[in-house]
This record gives sequence, structure tokens and C-alpha cells, in this order.
Amino acid sequence: MTSSKQIELVCPAGSLPALKTAIDHGADCVYLGFKDATNARNFTGLNFDPVQMRDGIDYAHRRGGKVLLALNTYPQTANWSSWTAAVDRAAEMGIDAVILADPGLMAYAAKTHPQLRLHLSVQGSATSYEAINFYHERFGIQRAVLPRVLSMVQVEQVIANSPVEIEVFGFGGLCVMVEGRCALSAYATGESPNCNGACSPGKHVRWEQTPKGMETRLNGILIDRFADNERAGYPTLCKGRFEVNDETYYAIEEPTSLNTLELLPELARIGVRAIKIEGRQRSPAYVTQVTKVWRAALDQVMRAPAEFKALPAWMAELNKVSEGQSHTLGAYYRPWK
Amino acid sequence: MKLSLGPLLYYWPRQSVLDFYAGIADSPVDVVHLGETVCSRRHELRLDDWLEVAAMLADAGKEAVLSTQSLIESESDLKTLRRITAQDRFRVEANDMGAVRLLAEAGRRDWIAGPTLNVFNPHTLALLLEAGATRWVVPPEMSGTVMCELRNELRAALPTMAETEVFAYGRLPLAHSARCFTARHYNLQKDTCEFRCLGISDGLTLRTREGEAFLTLNGVQTQSARVHNLLGDLPALHGHAEVLRISPQGEHTRAIIDLFRTTLDAERSPQQALEASRPLMPDQPCNGFWHGKPGVDQFVSA
Repeated sequence: MTSSKQIELVCPAGSLPALKTAIDHGADCVYLGFKDATNARNFTGLNFDPVQMRDGIDYAHRRGGKVLLALNTYPQTANWSSWTAAVDRAAEMGIDAVILADPGLMAYAAKTHPQLRLHLSVQGSATSYEAINFYHERFGIQRAVLPRVLSMVQVEQVIANSPVEIEVFGFGGLCVMVEGRCALSAYATGESPNCNGACSPGKHVRWEQTPKGMETRLNGILIDRFADNERAGYPTLCKGRFEVNDETYYAIEEPTSLNTLELLPELARIGVRAIKIEGRQRSPAYVTQVTKVWRAALDQVMRAPAEFKALPAWMAELNKVSEGQSHTLGAYYRPWK
Repeated sequence: MKLSLGPLLYYWPRQSVLDFYAGIADSPVDVVHLGETVCSRRHELRLDDWLEVAAMLADAGKEAVLSTQSLIESESDLKTLRRITAQDRFRVEANDMGAVRLLAEAGRRDWIAGPTLNVFNPHTLALLLEAGATRWVVPPEMSGTVMCELRNELRAALPTMAETEVFAYGRLPLAHSARCFTARHYNLQKDTCEFRCLGISDGLTLRTREGEAFLTLNGVQTQSARVHNLLGDLPALHGHAEVLRISPQGEHTRAIIDLFRTTLDAERSPQQALEASRPLMPDQPCNGFWHGKPGVDQFVSA
């Protein structure tokens, strides 16, 4: 087996307590964002101001952890300087890498801070080695995060044909759409992951108890309706129930989480270099739980890949914090498509 | 201002496609985008067939453009992509960065940066121009104001300006996925989808549980249910875009093209044109994106 190369565990930090618990429980890296639209989890109460960012970097570095900064939304003409200022601030603070999606911003970072390590964000929508190698040749990116659309064979092809390290999503909320190519939220609310760093943002959400049940709306559009015995979920617009040809069902996706734990030996064998855990919007308790399980699983797979088994206790722990308390292998499982 | 016909986003029977483009040959569009951009499983026309259609349209005086697939997944997707970027008879619309890399490598200096490349600022656009693009398609979610800011700043910085193409008519392509939502609707897997999208000429309408048309399922692509329609906004486009894109629909595409042409030639007012287009649309109009609002909104100026 050639899994001798380490696989990094990359955990979400929506706050300083989340960062600390991730590092304490074995994350190799944490990723975070500033408190503004420069990152794709621009939610109230989340993320870091410059002081917290310094504290977080210091905490992680003292314990041998790395800190990656997500600047993975697309700057516009009028607000361009906020993004370049964020790159400058990150470089000055000694961040270990910035995660970018916009080519213009990558060119800026590569030119202004040649020593700064660049990662291609999942929001860059690069799904082939031709695309990833474009960013490598032009801007020197060293790692790419793959959108959640490829099968194992396809991920293997990418790795075999690119000098860029590949990071994949291991666990957490599942985007069904190619990240960076989804304007559903913009269509319904005027705010998008690409430009505003938010999908189905809370300020457009309305919960309403009606005679027909609990209704959840996004900017007035009915996303789902729940009977008394159902648990009403957040109206993420691709995870609602809709009617197509008079049939009512989860037409796009069920409320479920991605969980690729059982695929770890395969991911190790093909040469994946990092596993990303989704969930900067989740609590420190979630981060603790998920980090613990994935640390144990990664240690096991790197020690003895042939003997690896996804323990039922691990799966149970992860299911407890999954959206809809269920999980899927997503695009790694052909019938899912 | 030039008119372009976007790539056919739906899966129609072979003869319907051939008939459709035969009818485009003498229509007043200047540019025609051809090829399968949505799903690699669709094969009523293969690349060689598309090349023949392109040749026919070029002979009729149209600028024929080959559009590449938006979501590239497999080695066979890459093979098709390389064939498109290697031919040099027709211009190519690049719909992912892999296509950009191949076109730049081939030294092409005439390609089009497609709507899925996420060009949101002049710095990114300048990079693509340097790599050989000479036209860009504005991401549909970008407003007219933001587009003008981008153009103005780029014009101040660069001697030559790329042509700007605006998505001006059609159901909005909003998202792509590895999952096929049409197959899912029929409880089929994508690998054995029985090509159920074949002949669903405008996609499957997805409605809210109140019966309101919201989205359109088109295989792995999700579109708006409403029809993005800038006929009423044409005066605001003057001087800010060189090309307007019309997306093919099941019926009346030709009539829509004619409406755009005659309105641009000032034979009727934009308001009259919007009214005249209502019976020709598969659903209600919207234009929110252009006005910096939710895309689903229909914004009427006073």
C-alpha cells in the first residue's frame, strides 16, 4: 500500500471555541473566515475578527496545527479592495494558506505575496485535472478542493494527472449542486454563495404554523410543509419538498449529510491528501464530536489500511450530528446520481 | 447590437434538432452556439453532427460557435472537450477552466468565456482576455449596474475591450449537479436513465406545494421556471453590451428572435415587445437579476 503519505484532517472553525476544540481533538488544520462576505459562510455570529484570528492562529501554531483562511467568494468591481485587503491581512498574520476561488484574486495573491500558499476552493468548480492544472500553471496553487460530484475513479484520474494535492469532503452538509455553479439562492433571495457568501440566508426565512402544518418559506417561496409528527428542517432551498407532475417529494435532495468514512482506505490508496469536514456554521460540540471520530479513523487507516473498518460506534456518533440524522456517500455511490 | 442563440439546453429528438437549426439559418440571429453542454449521455447528435450543423449555419452567414460541456467529470468528457478545442474551423465557447487551459495552450485568440466561468470582476476578465478570449458572457446572476462597473474599469485599464454578451431571454440556467433530477423523478439511476428527458421540450416544471411554478428540472441542470426576459429593458442595454443571448425553447424561438430584432431596430417599443412576447413564453417573465434583485422578481420600471 502506498498510503505512506499523510492525509490531513481539515476541520471547520466558525468561532474561536470551535477552533480550539478542533485542534485539541486532533485536527491537522482548521479553516475559517473573516466576519464579512469574503467567505462562503457569511452568517451572523460566525467567523473571526482580526483579534480572534490572531488568537486562533497562535493557539493552533503552538500546538502544531495549521490555519487556512477561506476567501472563497467572488469579489466584484466595487468591493475588490475588501478581498485584496483580506489577502494582505492573512499574509501579514502568518496564515498557512488562503483558500481562493476567483482567478483575479489568485493572481493578486501570487504576485503580492509569493510566499503565501494558495488552495483552490471548492467554489472554483474545478472538476478535472485540466481545470486544476490551469490554476497550478497560472497561479501556483498547491492544493485543490474537489466539488462533490466525482466518483472514486474520477477522483483517482484527477490525482494521477495533476501535481496539485487533492482535498475532498469527508463529512457534513451536502451540496447537491456543483459548488460555485449554483445560483438557486440568488434566484430566490438575491443572495448567493458566489457573491454574498450565503445560501438560503436566515433573514429571508419565515416559519409559520398553519392549519396545514408548519410551513417554511424563503423570501415568501414555500420550501416545505411539515406535519405535526415531522421535524421541521431549515429551508435550504434544494432540500425542500416540491411537486413535479403532481408527485410531492424531495425533488432535488433529502436533508442528509455526506459521510465517506467507510471509503477512507480507497481515498488513501488513490492518494487523497486531505479530508475536509464541512460545518463552520455548526457548534463547537459538533466540531468536537466529528473531529474525534475522524481523527481515530484516519489514524487507523494510516496505520493499517488493510484492516480498516468503519466502526459502528463511529457511524452512530456521526449520524447523531448529521442533517436529518441520515447520511449518504453522495457522488461516490453511483445510484445516488 | 448582435443577437446570439445560446446552446440548446434540452434533449430533443434528432430530427427536431436538425429542423430547428434549418429554421435558424434564415433567422436574424448573428451568432449560433452549438453542441451538448448539459449531459454527456445525450447523443441524438454527436460532435460530428454538430460540426455539420455548424458548417451549414456558417454557409448561411452565421457565426457558428461550439460550446463546451459545463460540468466535466470523466476522461471521455475530456476527450470530447479536446476534440472541440483542437478543431480550428469554428470559435469555441469555454464553459469550464479545463477548456480555457486547452484553448490557451492551442494558441487560440478568438474564444468566448462562457457564462459558467464566474467572471465577476475586471481582474479575472483581464486574465481570460490575456489567455485569448475576445468575448465574455456575463454570469446571469450579475446585475446591469455591476456589469457596467466592470466594463468601465476594464476599459480604463486595457486598450482593447472584449465583446460583452448578456443572457437576455430564456429560462435561467441556475445550477449543475452530478445527479440527474429527471432520472430521479422517474425513480431511475442516471446510468440507466432510459433517456427520459428526450422530448421533454422545455424541461420538467417543479412547483411549490402551493402549486407555484418555481424551477425547471432539465437532467443534471436546474433552471428557473420563469423566463428571464429583457425585452422591456433593451434601452438600458444600449451601449453596454454588444451581443444579446436568446436561449432556445420548445416552441416560438424564431418568433422571440424576430421580436428582439425588430425591437432593437426600433420598429416597436420595448413595452410593446414585452407584451407581445407573453403568449410566446412557456411561463411568466422575470428580470430581477438584471435589476440587482432576486432573479425570480419581475421588475417593471415606472
